Amino acid sequence: MPRTARGGEQTTLQARRRRSAIMTSLVWCASAICLLPLVLITAHLLVGGARVLGPRFFTALPTPPGVSGGGIANGIAGTLLLLLVAAAIGLPIGLGAGLFLAERTRTRLAETVRFLADVLSGLPSIVIGIFVWELIVRPSGQFSALAGGVALGVLMIPLITRATEAMVQLVPNALREAALALGYSRARTSLTIVLRTALPGIVTASLLAVARVAGETAPLLFTAFGTPYWSLRLDAPIAALPLQIFNYATSPYDDWRAQAWGGALVLIVLVFALSWLARRVTESRRERLNATVAGGAAE
Amino acid sequence: MAAPPIPSFATDQSRARESSRQRGVQSIGDRLYGGWITASALVIPALLLLVAVVIAISAWPAVQSLGWRLLTDTTWDVPHARFGLLPALLGTLASSVLALTLATPLAFGAAIFVSELAPPRLRRPVALLIDGLAAIPSVVYGLWALVVLVPWLRRDVMPFVRDTLALGNVPLFAGPAYGPSLLAAALVLTIMILPFIAAVAREVLQAVPRSQREAALALGATRWEMIRDAVLPNARAGLVGAMILGLGRALGETMAVTMVIGNAHLLPTSLFQPAYTIASLLANQFAEASGPLHVSALMAAAGVLLAVTIVVNGFARWLVRRTEQQR
Amino acid sequence: MSREPAVTARPTPAVLARVDVAPDAIHTAAPTLRIHQLTASYGERVAVRDVSLECAPGRVTAIIGPSGCGKSSLLRCVNRLHESVVDARVSGAVHLDGRDVYAHDVDPVEIRRRIGFVSQRPTPFPMMSIRDNVVAGLRAATPRLDARALDACVERTLRRVGLWDEVARRLDDDPASLSGGQQQRLCLARALAPEPRLLLLDEPTASLDPLSTQRVEELVYTLRGDVTVLIVTHNLQQAARVSDTTAFMLDGELIEAARTRALFTTPADARTEAYITGRFG
Repeated sequence: MPRTARGGEQTTLQARRRRSAIMTSLVWCASAICLLPLVLITAHLLVGGARVLGPRFFTALPTPPGVSGGGIANGIAGTLLLLLVAAAIGLPIGLGAGLFLAERTRTRLAETVRFLADVLSGLPSIVIGIFVWELIVRPSGQFSALAGGVALGVLMIPLITRATEAMVQLVPNALREAALALGYSRARTSLTIVLRTALPGIVTASLLAVARVAGETAPLLFTAFGTPYWSLRLDAPIAALPLQIFNYATSPYDDWRAQAWGGALVLIVLVFALSWLARRVTESRRERLNATVAGGAAE
Repeated sequence: MAAPPIPSFATDQSRARESSRQRGVQSIGDRLYGGWITASALVIPALLLLVAVVIAISAWPAVQSLGWRLLTDTTWDVPHARFGLLPALLGTLASSVLALTLATPLAFGAAIFVSELAPPRLRRPVALLIDGLAAIPSVVYGLWALVVLVPWLRRDVMPFVRDTLALGNVPLFAGPAYGPSLLAAALVLTIMILPFIAAVAREVLQAVPRSQREAALALGATRWEMIRDAVLPNARAGLVGAMILGLGRALGETMAVTMVIGNAHLLPTSLFQPAYTIASLLANQFAEASGPLHVSALMAAAGVLLAVTIVVNGFARWLVRRTEQQR
Repeated sequence: MSREPAVTARPTPAVLARVDVAPDAIHTAAPTLRIHQLTASYGERVAVRDVSLECAPGRVTAIIGPSGCGKSSLLRCVNRLHESVVDARVSGAVHLDGRDVYAHDVDPVEIRRRIGFVSQRPTPFPMMSIRDNVVAGLRAATPRLDARALDACVERTLRRVGLWDEVARRLDDDPASLSGGQQQRLCLARALAPEPRLLLLDEPTASLDPLSTQRVEELVYTLRGDVTVLIVTHNLQQAARVSDTTAFMLDGELIEAARTRALFTTPADARTEAYITGRFG
């Protein structure tokens, strides 16, 4: 090893072992510290959330401060609608762009798009919110669910693009060629063979992307805006769970702040349920794919 | 065999021209499909361009009327039309760099743990937990920081530093102990970018070829020497990339910071004083901006944030890609 | 010959006798395949250089040569699969019964439908049942097909490749449940279902066990007369066993092509002799 005999003075094996042990324990400590916030936040969420959670919390509309019995029904519905709009925008574009990157891998356009997709996914989400405000809210003269959905959709595009590309590239080229050789057109090959084979991975990635944007608050501030009322209209302000949490948490009222914990718990459960579902999809079907792709089950 | 005439086809260099030659016999489905994927791919550069253009146009009035004062003025006074971004810009940089400094050693430690040192049984659970930390929405971090972290800082940490350690006169810890402060923002940012840096760093470390590790172990290296001499040097550029990606995240992070930084237009000179970041400035003022110049100035702020993050992220992606291509 | 050639490189006389049964007497609907001055490249790298080769109708032509000699690329030019790779270029002509598959008005998809292709490793389509795999090519060619006709085709084709008895009761299963040899025969069935008159085999037995290999070779033998077969192999005995004509390629060039027995017993070119006697490759 290059550094064991430094400055003519021989480091003994024992000293090296000790050094290794020290560094190892430091790494253990670092990992523990990394996980500490998770434990703390989970504990606070459970304790704080449990206090306000109840059937009414899911079915009632928000109430003014001091009036008991408020819920987040409109926030849950609003978040789901916003995610639907976002997926309707992010999925077709993200899938198409991902297929493009996977099929034209080494062309200059693909290299550029790949890089720009990374740049896009690194943009602060609040900037996307402002962009959509300028693009939709200002011309139309009102905050709207549509604008909020578009903002979330823009955030989803690069996530789905890169994930689709990665999944499609896992499909062996021989499979693609087998389909082409059978007389499949390029479109049919991509859609029925390649995409179908990569589908579990793409579903997983899409669900993860939905989970990622489900908790986004900043891009909704000036687009969906939020409302204390029930609304599922695309052309009007709409409530969203993250917005409600933000408003409640920063309010001076104790009962609202208590409800923020409940909302946060619901949001976290939603996000983690989506992530869990996403991983389940891949796990159950990836084995089958691997068995085929690896060239046969054991005989 | 009668020699047939030799058709010369596909002799042109570019594939684009080659495929356009085939278009004559392409089916409608193929054309639709090709159109769909190409158009989708072009949406991404178009979007970026549109974001930049839209923000540049909206910011133009403020840039025109205020010029460099936008960046150098330390006062943000809406009624008097003074829009100086310097405190927010410096606050953004200070909170992010501070968070990066705190998060990097911890995140690298966790990455090394998962990819090199953890007992096999712990690897997956720890990796999953760290990913879980990354999945928590920003607003939830903000809520937790506001309700738990800030009061703890105000009650315990700040008095301890100031009185017990008698550091009250050091400028870094000056000011009244409110709680909402640059320190609170930096801490919550640290927690938020930790899992992100750890995840990227883990991928970078796992990309280091097995043969490198085995070569080091075969030479009689201890576990730590293997990491230090074989793994880390190979992963260096990628690890720097992971840090800078984390920095990009911190720069644009909005909600949690807005909730705990105190939102005061002060130059970030003391950890205990409230401050501002560009993102929280936008979050707080954009919805109720008064007058076109105010909106335009906020757009200029968004433009500055956009420029900073694009440069930082572009550089980081370039670094990460370079290490991955070394494989 | 001063040196005793390696025994393994020699076909056994019994096999040769079987192959040589009056090949000229075959009357067939199978096409003649003429490859004319074909050059194929990937970017700067030329994989096939100015190759001309004629494959008689209803016969089996084997292409042998060391790995990387361009034999697979040559094969993939015949059904225009080569051009699906980025940067790939082709020049020259491939005539199928007198018609150039590279003519300007020819749709590559149409050509590929008429030519069967089986690659080195089994490539059953995952997420499709065994039955759907067999008729995948038929479905691509004709959108609406009678279900009974399809079922009949599935049985007929699977019997042809000797797989029917093994999979008859699990036609709706995932092909992943089959062994490698079964998967490869399924791919053969998939290639044969549309009744192609030209079959391209790219080292079809490279990843198979001896028993599966034998089955595939028997099938190729039974196809003679009905189908023109072009088979790429690096297994010399296989070339000797199944083919009527053998072509030897080296570094992208066709060194010589001759009746299989002639090529293996009295090669015209010193390089061919060196290869078949095992001096390289």
